[in-house]
Amino acid sequence: MADTDRLIICEHCDAVYEPMALVAHQKASCVRCHAVIQRYNGLSIEQRLALSVTAAVLWAFANVYPLMNIRLQGLRNSATLWDSVLALSQGSITFIALVTAVAIIIAPALQLLLLLWVLGHAYGNRRAPGFALCMRSLEALRPWSMLEVCLLGALVAVIKLAGLLDVLPGIGLFALAALSLLMIRIAGRDIRDLWDSL
Amino acid sequence: MNGPPLDTPPQASDLNLCLCHSCGLACDMTDEPDACPRCDAALHRRKPDPITRTWAYMLAALVFYIPANLLPVMNTQMLGNGADSTIISGVIEFWQSGAWDIALIIFIASIAVPGIKFVVLTLLLVTVQRRSTWAQVQRAKLYRLVEVIGYWSMLDVLVVALVAALVKFQALSDIEPRPGILFFGLVVVFTMLSAMSFDPRLIWDTQPCEETLDEVASH
Repeated sequence: MADTDRLIICEHCDAVYEPMALVAHQKASCVRCHAVIQRYNGLSIEQRLALSVTAAVLWAFANVYPLMNIRLQGLRNSATLWDSVLALSQGSITFIALVTAVAIIIAPALQLLLLLWVLGHAYGNRRAPGFALCMRSLEALRPWSMLEVCLLGALVAVIKLAGLLDVLPGIGLFALAALSLLMIRIAGRDIRDLWDSL
Repeated sequence: MNGPPLDTPPQASDLNLCLCHSCGLACDMTDEPDACPRCDAALHRRKPDPITRTWAYMLAALVFYIPANLLPVMNTQMLGNGADSTIISGVIEFWQSGAWDIALIIFIASIAVPGIKFVVLTLLLVTVQRRSTWAQVQRAKLYRLVEVIGYWSMLDVLVVALVAALVKFQALSDIEPRPGILFFGLVVVFTMLSAMSFDPRLIWDTQPCEETLDEVASH
């Protein structure tokens, strides 16, 4: 019975499988419910750590620099991610500002901090202090991190305003675009591999 | 009970195993542990009260869906002329100005996606409660679809936030958020909670075997 540890259970239908060795671009699906149960993941710990550091820098850029600048008859204005959160925080609708802050600033920041902490220690081939808590938090944060939605939202906002006034995308928007793509790669569930490799 | 046919994999309950939702470990349930021995997350053979919680969150979302669509989400002031816009009026505006692609994106994210979530979750709940064996693979796929599209409805909230943060030229032109956007955000949050509370394994629990029934009832 000690061997059950390495078995894979399909989270969508409880079917049990022996793990398989996958090569690049391969994934294994459950024969009963067709959900993906195993996916090839080509990233080493070093690569993950490097990408996480890059993402942290991009996060800083995306938050410090304005996403967009607009001009209307000689007047200028620009907005950062935080400005957008503040724009929602007026009066009775403040709660939605909190949800937005979590979705586009706080959750990604926490994900990155946890990744850097966990991977930084994994680089030295040891489990970080509070490893289990960090890994559980990463799982809990994932659905609430919505950077890619924010990117699409920014693009829609550009087009919405382009008819009324001059819109210039800012450095923040490019950083956000790169960051949201990176997050898909590094903050996915394959970070669970650390449980086996450490 | 005879062993399952060769092409069907064994079930976790047959082997007395339980999947840890946090780290993916197959946990041995011989000693009935409460938590995963590896990551210490709570272990459940099925999510706690899946059907009740999914219904509750979904009905709450459905209630918020009404003000979300009826109340204005945004107010645009242009040279002293103010106009409230709702989600659907935003879509129509884009459509009429020729930007059908943007109109379509907003329509899908803001109106179609929540609508699909309500229909799919209701369908899943009703069929699971009837222990139906109808189209199990397709229903399993529907659930995964709902999980994937979950947060894209936040799109409109983020568009309003950005636009309101940018256009602040006092008398000349000013855009402000309106309460509709709060209800809209609540619809997204509650439909996400609803989808997370549902347990897709229930789709396959069609045999009213004592153990699973007790498991579902006792949690």
